[in-house]
Amino acid sequence: MEIVVPVKQVPDLVEELVIAPDGTRLDPDSIKLKLNEFDEYAIEEALLLKDAHRAKVTVIAIDAEGVDEILFTALAKGTDRAIKVTGDFSDGVDSHTAAAVLGEVIKGMPHDLVLTGVQAADDRDGQLGPLLACALKVPHVSVVTGVHLVGNRVTINQEYAGGVVAEMEVDLPAVLGIQAAEKPPRYVPVSKVRQATKTAKVDEVAASAVPAVPSTLVRRMFKGESGGKAEMIEGTAEEQVERILAILRERGFLK
Amino acid sequence: MSGVWVIAEQLEGKLSEVTFELLGRVRELALGGRVVVVLLGHGIKELTPELGAADSVILVEDETLANYTPEIYRRVIAELARARNPRLIMVANTSMGMDLAPGLSGELGIPLVAYCKDLRAEDGQVVAVSQLYGGKILVESILEGGKGLVSVLAGAFRADAGKKAGTPQVETVACPALGTPRICFKSLLRPQTGDLDITKENILVSVGRGIQSQDNIPIVEELAKALGGALTASRPIVDNGWLPKSRQVGKSGMTVKPKLYIAVGISGAPEHIEGMRDAELIIAINPDVGAPIFDVAHYGVAADLFDILPVLTEKIRPPQ
Amino acid sequence: MDPTFPAREVFRNFSAAAVVVFYFLAAVATAVFLYGFWLRIKKYRRGRPANRLNQLWSRIFKAGRTIGKHTTLKKRDSLAGNAHALIFWGFIALFIGTLIIMVDHDFLRPISPGLQFWKGTFYLWYSAILDIMGVGFLVGLGIMMLRRWRLRPAQLDYSRPDRKAAEYDRTGYVRDDQIFLWGLFWIGVTGFILEGLRIAADRPPFEIWSVVGWQIADFFDLVGFSPATANRLLFFTWWLHAILALGFVAYIPYSKAIHILVDIANILFHDETSAKRLPPVPEGAPSMGYRNLADLTWKELMDLDACTKCGRCHAACPARAAGMPLSPRDLILELRENAEQSLGGRSWLHESAIREVDHTVTGKVIKVETLWACTTCMACVEACPVAIEHVPLIVRMRRKLVEDGTMDGNLQSVLEKIARYGNSFGQSERLRGRWTQGLPFKIKDVRKEPAEYLWFVGDYASYDPSLQELTRATGRVFHKAGLDFGILYDGEKNSGNDVRRVGEEGLFENLVHKNLSVIQKCKFKGIVTTDPHSYNTLKNEYPEFIPPGNSIWQVSHYTEILASRLETRQFPLARRLSYRVTYHDPCYLARYNGVMEAPRRILRALGVECVEMPRSGESTFCCGAGGGRLWMSDTRSPGVATASEQRIEEALALGNIDIFLVACPKDVTMYRDAVKTSGNEGRIVVKDIIELVEEAL
Repeated sequence: MEIVVPVKQVPDLVEELVIAPDGTRLDPDSIKLKLNEFDEYAIEEALLLKDAHRAKVTVIAIDAEGVDEILFTALAKGTDRAIKVTGDFSDGVDSHTAAAVLGEVIKGMPHDLVLTGVQAADDRDGQLGPLLACALKVPHVSVVTGVHLVGNRVTINQEYAGGVVAEMEVDLPAVLGIQAAEKPPRYVPVSKVRQATKTAKVDEVAASAVPAVPSTLVRRMFKGESGGKAEMIEGTAEEQVERILAILRERGFLK
Repeated sequence: MSGVWVIAEQLEGKLSEVTFELLGRVRELALGGRVVVVLLGHGIKELTPELGAADSVILVEDETLANYTPEIYRRVIAELARARNPRLIMVANTSMGMDLAPGLSGELGIPLVAYCKDLRAEDGQVVAVSQLYGGKILVESILEGGKGLVSVLAGAFRADAGKKAGTPQVETVACPALGTPRICFKSLLRPQTGDLDITKENILVSVGRGIQSQDNIPIVEELAKALGGALTASRPIVDNGWLPKSRQVGKSGMTVKPKLYIAVGISGAPEHIEGMRDAELIIAINPDVGAPIFDVAHYGVAADLFDILPVLTEKIRPPQ
Repeated sequence: MDPTFPAREVFRNFSAAAVVVFYFLAAVATAVFLYGFWLRIKKYRRGRPANRLNQLWSRIFKAGRTIGKHTTLKKRDSLAGNAHALIFWGFIALFIGTLIIMVDHDFLRPISPGLQFWKGTFYLWYSAILDIMGVGFLVGLGIMMLRRWRLRPAQLDYSRPDRKAAEYDRTGYVRDDQIFLWGLFWIGVTGFILEGLRIAADRPPFEIWSVVGWQIADFFDLVGFSPATANRLLFFTWWLHAILALGFVAYIPYSKAIHILVDIANILFHDETSAKRLPPVPEGAPSMGYRNLADLTWKELMDLDACTKCGRCHAACPARAAGMPLSPRDLILELRENAEQSLGGRSWLHESAIREVDHTVTGKVIKVETLWACTTCMACVEACPVAIEHVPLIVRMRRKLVEDGTMDGNLQSVLEKIARYGNSFGQSERLRGRWTQGLPFKIKDVRKEPAEYLWFVGDYASYDPSLQELTRATGRVFHKAGLDFGILYDGEKNSGNDVRRVGEEGLFENLVHKNLSVIQKCKFKGIVTTDPHSYNTLKNEYPEFIPPGNSIWQVSHYTEILASRLETRQFPLARRLSYRVTYHDPCYLARYNGVMEAPRRILRALGVECVEMPRSGESTFCCGAGGGRLWMSDTRSPGVATASEQRIEEALALGNIDIFLVACPKDVTMYRDAVKTSGNEGRIVVKDIIELVEEAL
């Protein structure tokens, strides 16, 4: 069984995000990229399936700064192959473009199951999964927790609000948007990543030309008002506690 | 090219709140053209009177639509859209919406703006404001001529604007023949409420990642007990296994509306806020003064929870 | 023989056959001994190589001094230490005494009776000394017996914290202890009886020099033994004594008596820096860490045999005291039992257990929870009288756990944060210098300007919100003390000390390289730190990564620098403080690196009254945060106080202590929490020495 896991990087939200002077995008110098958290879960789910069913896992990503480290880390964790799709992506890659580009590459390789993170922090134009499924002409389910292989189908759980879960059976090949893996992502020691960087190989595939994708213009990017609507309680810890108590007493929450 | 479509969501014969939130906003926007609700399901005709705020309802009923599955729903809606050419299609950013919105965008080749927190009509265009990067950044996107797809965050708009009983014009459309589906619904699992139904509690004290370690959770639990309330949590805490799923507040947990909600060490990611924004009194404690939780809280304390909570708990307890 | 000339006839009244029988038995005993000894050597030879033969003369000298003065035995337990000295010297004296007889009779006499020296004045002194040493020997044994079987000190409790009672049975150990003590005791007693009988038999006048034997002979006279009776009893007693003694010799390699030989070797091959400067992963090793016994070096295999079950490490360990499933003693003993089973060199009596014959040591034989419980405080290594090095062994097993990803979720997340952000808090590295914003002056960026001292601040001091004010206080004090210092701002990363002790060697190397690449571009004379953990690795481990030819800088703890400045009055104190305080020595400062006087010199200069806790200086009791424990969740069963809570109680027991002083930022956090969780708020205050210095300025 062949599993493909498309991954991408997103700005690390730990860092302070700065808006570029033109006001329509983030200042690239202020950004530190890290692997999309949900893609990490997708990799873990793929590796768990590999352990259980002796599948082969290929991780694929569009070239960007720092993508090599992501791919070598995935190889160090145990994926069988890593592919970097090269091309001119200086204008940035939105989900529609990514789906078109990756779709072309994945079409040309065996893909029984495509697992990708359910969403990413910068998905202004929607999530990659369904768009990729459309390009590959295969079914897709989002917000998946729990993937079980049964013959040439998978049984999956789709999560809804309130903790409600729907169980569905999906014919393969299919694309799944992973919300969480059965286990938290495994640890890979730094020495293994270093070893992979020295000895493993990342395959490079050039992106083929893709037709223009439907898109919308960004007029403005700005930060939400900080502090927002809350009335901030100031002072020393003791003073803050007293004020909270006063509010609670006032509203009748204290006996 | 006409009309604004709202894709309705229903689960086991009950329309979800988000449907009314979208409907209400569309009405307010007054973009021109008919406001149409697209409702798929089986045996749900009696839901249509609830959709009085719409001009009309396209109702597609079929056994295969009885339970939501991504592929069939998308293909049915896409066929309808290809035939009738709506100007703007609105979907909620729920699990179903995360399947449908990009899926329809890909299939129909129309642009999509996701994670919308606000929609505005301006000079014949629609301005969609998306909340990205964990809620920290807002982006205004322009839908030229107001054409395209938007997926809207649950709770972005008020539901009461969309709740009007009435008799919208109902057009029953036959479900198109779609061949053997590649996705089959098997069953629906409801969570065990376990020890507690947090949606019925009046006072909730909720713990988030700021607690740092499972060993510290008792600090928050003590506060909950002292107030006579229940301990709840944001998703990361439940994912770590530190508290059961029945205690999860948020998009994929419970939506709660208690009289008092104290958020401890919770940053306020949109998925969490979705689950508690309607609480009557929200007090948030988080060391980061820029945390999005302070946008929805009534009172905020930008301090270390370890400095505040133990003292607060002690003072609330009756003297021993 | 001339009855007035001091001498003794060996084998007097023995038939030739009896002599032959004796020599035969002696040969058998020696053969059995040598065989057992050989099995042990064979076991050690199977270990991986280790460089412990360097500086041989220095080693011999140091070992001789340690063993001769019994320093490691007397510290922490002077009763046992002194009793052991009596047994030790007594045994040596008696052994040499026997050797003298053997050399004189079996080697010199056949060559030429003129060479014999065991006679005359020499014989007189010989008799006196051996008698006194013999009594000392028995007294020592008596003290040990009373201590073991009446006093029953806690450290001799053999119960294991890492197994349930039903899973093991240590009566074998108890028997071994009994045989050893009683065996030696009866050898000694029969020796004296035999001497008394011998003297009573013909009363050579010079034998009055056998000060004890003569009195015993008097006693036999009193009791009514005739010389003939004495002679007959002598025969039996002589054989009894011989059999016991030869039996003991044969028994040595199959019992705890092996410690007589192994421990000398173990002390000889000890490396004092083995925990301070952990060994890197060996070149070409199949795995990062230890998986099974085949991975151990010969020294580590010897460590396992060296253990005498004295229990000092067991008593000293803070993890065990806090109810964790770790006893350094039981870790060593468990490995020993397994080594005996798979590599040979067995004890006759040992622990019986439902022992899986599984060669995987890490995680199976030694449990995962046991390995993760260690705080790497080195109390075990310091307390061990026979130079067993527990900590490096534990770290080497942890390396395997890290390689397999077998760790607590919290720890995994912290390691990932350190790898990504260079700090354990998961905060942006750009914010590392933000704490400086509250200061009325600008601290030099030592990356851009030269300074005399490079202040390596550390994660906790930089990022922990409750410690920011303390870090600023340190900056202010340095400024007032006239120190020319700078910091690395966001060029500084976690020093890696605890990352290495957790077993993430790859991440440790990354951190070292990152830090060194920044540090080596700066111009400074020395490094000063406020964090003992950073101090340890910067001082002991970083130099290995600096290419030869580059200068290696001096690393000091802030107390070392301030102490000399205060004493030479380089900065004036506005007032003297009159508190009654106690000072908690940080493990990594005191035990690892010997910095104990400097903080106390500061306290003296400040005028405070410093009362020492029972466990201070090198025997300081760990706060429980080291070795990555701070990054792991607490999985103990409730009801047992944590190590830091126990320490606060230890301080309170001194009476009327105003302030609990520390010199490490993590200690500040740990002990402030402990004061709260142990319900002692208001009774004692926790402060860093810097705060007192600032108060006095």
